[in-house]
Formats: sequence, C-alpha cells, structure tokens
Amino acid sequence: MAFFSNLSERLNHIFSKMTKHGKLTSLEIKEAMREIRVALLEADVNYVVAKDFINKVSELAVGEEILKSLTPTQQVIKIVRDELTKLMGGENQKLEVSPKPPTIIMMCGLQGSGKTTLCGKLALKLKKEGKKPLLVACDIYRPAAIDQLKVLGKSIQIDVFERGTNNPVKTVKEAVDYANKFQLDTVIIDTAGRLQIDEKLMDELKDIKKAINPTEILLVIDAMIGQEAVAVSKAFNDALDVSGVVLTKTDGDTRGGAALSIRSVIGKPIKFVGTGEKLTDLEPFYPDRMASRILGMGDVLSLIDKAQEAVDEKTAKEMERKFRENSFDLNDYIEQVNSLKKMGGLKSVLSMMPGVSGKMKQIENMIDDKMLEKNKAIIQSMTAKERQNPDIINGSRRQRIAKGAGVQVSDVNNLLKQFSQSKEMMRMMKNPKAYGGKMAMIKKLMGQ
Amino acid sequence: MGIFKRFFEKLKYAFKRTELNDDFYDELEALLVSSDMGVETAMDIMDELRDCCKQKLIKDVDHAQVELRRILIEKLNVSEVKFDYPLIITVVGVNGVGKTTSIAKMTKYFLKNKKSVLLAAGDTFRAAATEQLNDWAERLKVKIIKQGEGADSASVVFDAITSMKAKNTDVLIVDTAGRLHTKTNLMKELEKINNIAKREYPEANFLNLIVLDASIGQNSIAQVKAFKDSVEIDGIILTKLDGTSKGGVVYPIINDLNVPIIFTGFGEGVDDLSIFDADSFVDKILM
Repeated sequence: MAFFSNLSERLNHIFSKMTKHGKLTSLEIKEAMREIRVALLEADVNYVVAKDFINKVSELAVGEEILKSLTPTQQVIKIVRDELTKLMGGENQKLEVSPKPPTIIMMCGLQGSGKTTLCGKLALKLKKEGKKPLLVACDIYRPAAIDQLKVLGKSIQIDVFERGTNNPVKTVKEAVDYANKFQLDTVIIDTAGRLQIDEKLMDELKDIKKAINPTEILLVIDAMIGQEAVAVSKAFNDALDVSGVVLTKTDGDTRGGAALSIRSVIGKPIKFVGTGEKLTDLEPFYPDRMASRILGMGDVLSLIDKAQEAVDEKTAKEMERKFRENSFDLNDYIEQVNSLKKMGGLKSVLSMMPGVSGKMKQIENMIDDKMLEKNKAIIQSMTAKERQNPDIINGSRRQRIAKGAGVQVSDVNNLLKQFSQSKEMMRMMKNPKAYGGKMAMIKKLMGQ
Repeated sequence: MGIFKRFFEKLKYAFKRTELNDDFYDELEALLVSSDMGVETAMDIMDELRDCCKQKLIKDVDHAQVELRRILIEKLNVSEVKFDYPLIITVVGVNGVGKTTSIAKMTKYFLKNKKSVLLAAGDTFRAAATEQLNDWAERLKVKIIKQGEGADSASVVFDAITSMKAKNTDVLIVDTAGRLHTKTNLMKELEKINNIAKREYPEANFLNLIVLDASIGQNSIAQVKAFKDSVEIDGIILTKLDGTSKGGVVYPIINDLNVPIIFTGFGEGVDDLSIFDADSFVDKILM
C-alpha cells in the first residue's frame, strides 16, 4: 500500500458516485462534502483542519458556476485538488544552504519518529550530491543511540562526531569547530527524541539552537501520527521556529493525514519524505504532485524523475534501438527489472500512473514484485546463448534452468511464454497496419 | 494560531453546557475524534449516548457525562490481568513505538513482583538494538542472551529458552526487530520465533504483546491486523501516554479485533509502566 492510498481510494469512490448524475444539486454536493470529511478524518487529518477544509471547498463548490456547469463533478474535483495542494504548501521546497559553510542541519521530534535513521539518509543524499557531511550524535538519553548513529555513519563512510553523554550544547559547538577544521561543509545534528511538553528538554533544544544558529531545523514526524500532529508540530515550531518538516515511514499503509494537517497549522513546508528502511529511501516532497496522486490523477512527473535517476541516457537509447529492431533479449529483460527495482518496484511505479492510484487495492494482488525477482533468478540460471536466443531452450534445458533457479519447470515455461508474448506485442507496435484489428483491440485495452 | 486555541478551549467547556443540543453533540464529536478513536467509533458512541439519554429521559449535560463515562469504560472490555509462570513474552511492533523501553519497564515490573527475568535480544536487525537492550539489562541487573548483529533471531530465542529451563527462570522477555507490518519476510521470522518457543518449552505460558504508540492514528489498527495475520496477539502495551496523546485508537482495536490492553507506558523511566487502568484512561479522553 502506498502513501495516501486509503484516502485516495475513498475520494475516488466518492467522486465516481457523483459522476453518474451529470448535473449536481446542492444537496448532492453537501452529501459529497460530508463523505469527504469522513474520508479525511479516517486518514488522520486533524479534526479542525478537516472542518476548515470542507468549509472552504463547500464555499467554492456551491457557487452558481458549478451548478450550471456541464461537468460539475470535474469542477469539484479540481477545487478539491487545488485546495489539497494549498493545504500541503504548493511547490517543493529545497534545503537551504548557508552562504558561509558549514551548513548546519538540526533534527528535532518525538521519540521514535525516526530522527537517527533520517540523519543517515540525509547525509548519504548530500554526500552523493558532492557535499562533505559530518554527523553529530547528541542523543545522550536513549541507551545506545550514539552507537546507532556510529553504525549508520560507518556503513556510509561518513564521520560521526560524539562526546559521549556530555552536554549536547557543548558537543555541537565542538562539532562545528571540527567541521571547520576539516573543511566539512555540512553538519547534521541528531538530537534526542522528546515530548513537546517536556520543558526541560525543549529548553535544551533552544540552547543548542542559540549556540550554533542552524541553517535548517527539521521537525521529524512519523507519517502515521494521529490527531496529535497538530499539538506536536505547533509546540516544536513555537519553541524553535523550525524551517521545515520531514515525514518518515511513509512506506507503511500510511494514511497521510499528518501531511495534510501540519503545513496548514505551522505554515512550514514538508521538505522530504522517508519511503523505506534502506538508507537511500528518501525523496523530496512535491505537494502539487501528491495532490494529483491522492486524487488518482497519477504523478507522471515523479515517475519521470525516478526513471531518469534509475536509467542513464545511453542505456535508454540502446533499449529504444533494441525495441525498434526487435532484438530485445532476456539480458535486456534483466536490465529492465533492475531499473524497475531502482525506481521502487512495480507497485510504486504503478501507484504513480494516472487512474491507477485510486485502484491500488484492486490490483495489489495481481502484481507482485517478487515475481520479477523470480524471473531474474530464472534468467540468471540460463547460459549466455540461451539468454540471447530463448528459442533453443528445450525440455532438458528447462529442467536444468528450473533446478538452478530453485523453481518449478512451469515457472520457466511461464517466463518464456510471457517473453515471447511481449516480443509479439512489440512487433505489432512497430507495424500496426499489418495487425489491424488486433492492434486496435490492444490500444483499447490500454485505454488509449 | 488563535483558532486552534479557541477551539480546544471550547472543547474543554463542552460539558459545562447545560443543554443536550446539536452544539453539544458537535463538540462531543470533536472531542472523541480528537482522541484518535476514528469517526466510526465516535459515531457509535454518540448514538449509544443519544439512545441512552432518550431512554433514561436525561436532559442535562451533567447526567449525560456520567453515562458517557460509563459507555467509554464499558467499551474497553477490561478484565483482570493475571500472569501464569513460567511465562514467555514476545514483544512485537513496528519501528519506533518503544519496544525496548517497554521491555525494560516490564522487567522492572516482574522483578518488583519477585519474579526472575531473562531477556533475549531478538532484534538482530536494527543497528545497535542489542546494545540498547544490553544497557538496560546491566542497569536492571538481569541476564541477557544475545548474539551478534545479523544473527538468526530464532537461534537467540532457542539459547534463551535453554538457559531459562536450566535456571528455572519465571519470565523470559523476547525483543524482536521492529518491522513495518507490510514486510512479509520479517513477519515470517516472528512465526518462526513463536514456533521454536512452543516446541522447546511446551509447558510454558506464552504471551505475544504488541507495542502501540499512543500518538499514532488509525494506522495502529492496520498494525495489529497485520501482526495478527502471522501470530497470535494476546494484548497491547500502549506507550507514550505521558504526552498529550490519548490513544483512543485502542477502541476499534479492542472491539473489532478483540485484543485487550495489558500495560500502559507513560515516561522514559523504568517505573513508568502500569497495568491498564480504564478509569484514568477515560479521564484523559474526557480531559
């Protein structure tokens, strides 16, 4: 289940009921608004935020224009999307960089929100962008928190600065000196998790802030947070005037209510979302794209971004040539599976397709990223010759391949069948006229 | 953010009203939904209150409040908690809910009740998880069975049970890796831990407790459901109740999934854990 898929599904259901009617009466709009409100609350959107949202959308939706419009439902959806985008804060906001190095990024948040892991993810991301980050361990309360950051740092070869359980205010000052001395341009500070009502610990954060004047103060929030999102983010922002928010753990079947509530309460942008347990699972947050995704309109822009990251231009051109000449073989198939995996897997890619995100639940069972892995294993058990020319794979070869990959012979058969079908399809795409009716049917199937 | 302040102040006075009108029910809805119990549960509770007030001819807020408290407590389905020994507790939950801290607190709880406790560091996945549990074991002066990072957690449990049987330990508490409930292979590992424990020590009593973070919203329901799909879940440890979170999400979990709350956690100290008390829980929701 992808981020927001629950809400997405509910909203799509509500809108699909509306479409059947053509013209809308004000009563129908009212009913739809009631349902949208429940959907928002079920997605953990804060009670007050949901109420305000519905009031605003209702106000805009009952205007004369909508009632007279020939496509009133489309109009309502547009209003909802615009308001959702506004609620989440318009465009993506990047990390600030200090004109005078080092750039200092300080994390804060409740216990268990994922600050330490995020420090590692952000450090890795910045390192890849050519920065020289330093991690600073300031969680002196949780047993072994410093060890955790050290293990993370080691795994991505980034220095971790720590002074044991010394006063964190002193530690951060020393860390900044250390960064200056060794010309490290970015300092990332992990702090202890704390409750927003713990005055003593909140004062500690204020003292750290005063001591080093961070370029960014990021509030780290578990995307699964409930109605508390508002009280928590407000208190941290009041104390520290945070510069942005990072939502973590968006890979569970998170409802995403926090993403909708926080921005409107504290007026600070969500800059990143954590999308998985691996240290590479960190993505910039695009409110506009997210709004489209929630409403089942897909997120083609993010899909393109991901594809560009996963596949370099040369490989893409080569692939295109092979498609054209129909010389696509099983080696290329593995290449494709690998790129797909780099893009977050089949489910993640599909959830960004227009018209699909609202129906993820239905197709959830039909797609299986594990199948791709299995196919990969099968192909890797083939000889180079077999990969280039699958036609030579006879019965005994099939048995050998199945044994090598640890699968049944029927799995090998399925893969070969799929492969020949997709080759057939490519041939048709290349020469649609020759296949006339069949091609039209496929186009129809693909909804074109 | 004047609007929020005003709103929450208004909520506080929901029960200071005298008349049971629509405004009263609106504010009640806000109060209930804000506890994270979900719209559906909130509606059910409101319907029940409406019916009850109608039947008993209650017209004023004071009496309605008494009835509401009664309904809220009834819906928690509390029954007396009793532990039988030797006891093997496996603690599960997603990342960051406070599993390890809860284990330390339970250890203290059993020690106070004159029981011997052994810990098993079954979270072999997260960086430094074993160290964290080890720190607690040292502080609490209890024995811990551990292997290195990346070890097979089922084998840690096997070792722990061998030691438990040899020394006649009363309670074994097994830490497990935090896992997002959407990851199937990690869930399989839990099944394995459970199977091994039951095979190696069939005379013992087994409790699988799920740790839930009170600040998490409706997602907690999905968490319990997913864990229940792989292993029995016998009860909840609800943590982080020392904040302003109310943890109302346990209502649908208790009623629809039939999993009771056993412990509540309310702070970072080892003594900040108690057997679930419905009265104070409901007090907080109505606060």
